[in-house]
Amino acid sequence: MKNKLLACPYIVWMVLFTIIPLGIVFYYAFTDSGTGAFTLANMASMGSYLPIFLRSIWLSLFSALICLLIGYPVAYFIAQCKPSTQRLLELLIMLPMCMSFLLRTLAWVSMLEDTGIINTFLRHLGLAPLPLIRTNGAVILGMVYNYLPYMILPLYSVIMKIDNRLLEAARDLGCTPVNTFTKVILPLSAPGILSGLTMVFVPAVSTFYISQKLGSTGTTLIGDVIESQFKTAYNPNLGAAMSLVLMILIFICVSIMNRFGESEEETEVIAKV
Amino acid sequence: MKHVNRIITILVFIFLYIPMIVLGIASFNSGTDVAVFKSFTLSQYGNLFRDQSLLELLRNSLIIAVLSSVIATVFGTMASVGIYAMRGRMRRAVMTLTDIPMTNPDIVTGVSLALLFAFTGTALRLNSVLGFWTLLIAHITFNFPYVILNVMPKLQQMDPELVDAALDLGCSPMKAFTKVVIHEIMPGVLSGALMAFTMSLDDFVISYFVTGSSFITLPVEIYNYTKKPIQPKIYALFTLMFAVILLLMVLMNLLQARSDKAKGRAAARRVRV
Repeated sequence: MKNKLLACPYIVWMVLFTIIPLGIVFYYAFTDSGTGAFTLANMASMGSYLPIFLRSIWLSLFSALICLLIGYPVAYFIAQCKPSTQRLLELLIMLPMCMSFLLRTLAWVSMLEDTGIINTFLRHLGLAPLPLIRTNGAVILGMVYNYLPYMILPLYSVIMKIDNRLLEAARDLGCTPVNTFTKVILPLSAPGILSGLTMVFVPAVSTFYISQKLGSTGTTLIGDVIESQFKTAYNPNLGAAMSLVLMILIFICVSIMNRFGESEEETEVIAKV
Repeated sequence: MKHVNRIITILVFIFLYIPMIVLGIASFNSGTDVAVFKSFTLSQYGNLFRDQSLLELLRNSLIIAVLSSVIATVFGTMASVGIYAMRGRMRRAVMTLTDIPMTNPDIVTGVSLALLFAFTGTALRLNSVLGFWTLLIAHITFNFPYVILNVMPKLQQMDPELVDAALDLGCSPMKAFTKVVIHEIMPGVLSGALMAFTMSLDDFVISYFVTGSSFITLPVEIYNYTKKPIQPKIYALFTLMFAVILLLMVLMNLLQARSDKAKGRAAARRVRV
């Protein structure tokens, strides 16, 4: 069929601009910045960045879990509204995603700053100002704020698809509301939970703006280090090595999450049988 | 339980919109400190429209967003038709290719393209290749998956016998495509194009790595601004953009509601007949 040929320009483009660049990342990661000779030094120096990698992972995993905890009730609530309200609320969730995340993060800076809105307010009340900005908490807040819509939307679309008759059946068969939730609704929304977690975790673990603005030197993330290798310290070889490790790390994390998903789907099938 | 969900939903919406409100109020503040409201003024908006460089940046962003989303939509739709004609391993391989920019974090996509351009730059002995063209290439690359992932489901929902019928009735394959297939997949094409356009307009991370000083988009310049003390006219710009996007979304919502109603009426009429 000559229809297949229609995909040719696209395939050529994607090979040129995604596969080959990744190959070049690989090449830079294993070569010396001065001579261009093969070296393992870049990869070997990753060990000293281990604390930064670990911090990136735990901050973004924690943020993803918070997103799930507060996103699930919201998605569930929207799914139960009437269609016109649903559409409106969905739009209101999507709207912040269209606005500059740089400026929205900056708005949080002006709220959390030592002389910011919250602390000014506290001072007016005669209370002592709180150390809000430049903490792990502020970075987590920034991540949750920026990526919460990416959790709510997939959850919502999965919860919407749950067949109401299943819930009625569960009730008829004597399930309490709590049981209906844990035995029927929650397992059925597992795909949404997984894609939500991934969609929050991946951008959060690789962010650099949020930690630059809301964090301190003590909350440097892996994205900050990569960014500085390309923009200030100018050592693209080290930056490439880090990008490579970040990619592998995300690949591992996402496949672990998917593994969880598969096992859950299996139990779901068994439960159905 | 429903009440708890409602309260959480309300709190989450407040949380999502607090930064917009803060920046909105800041845009009418005559002082430069966001935490202290001095007096009401519209001068920030005046400053904004007198700032030629800022308007030029907005124009740059729009040029890139329009060009990249149109190109990605045309070739992406073609590619979807091609992929739809594929079977088995080939199809899986191409879909994996599509998934790469979606699953890779933005920073890795940006870095890998930056290295590709640096690599070709040195190979061609050019001083700097970064600018309009590299930005356009990067945006087309990350826009493609949005188009394909929106068009493919529509192709799969389409009744394949429709095309056969058109061919039987004497359409050439080309005519069958323009008369039948295009109409069936149009909603997917449009939502793909819209998604690509907004992603492109708002992209900061990838643009940041592949742009030079010769051609800068608004988000990249906003990032440069936020390193210095921020100028209040940026708040005015943000507020205006917020208003425009809100208006567009409300309009889309109304149109959708009307077409749903019309569809419902048509369906009802058909049932009666």
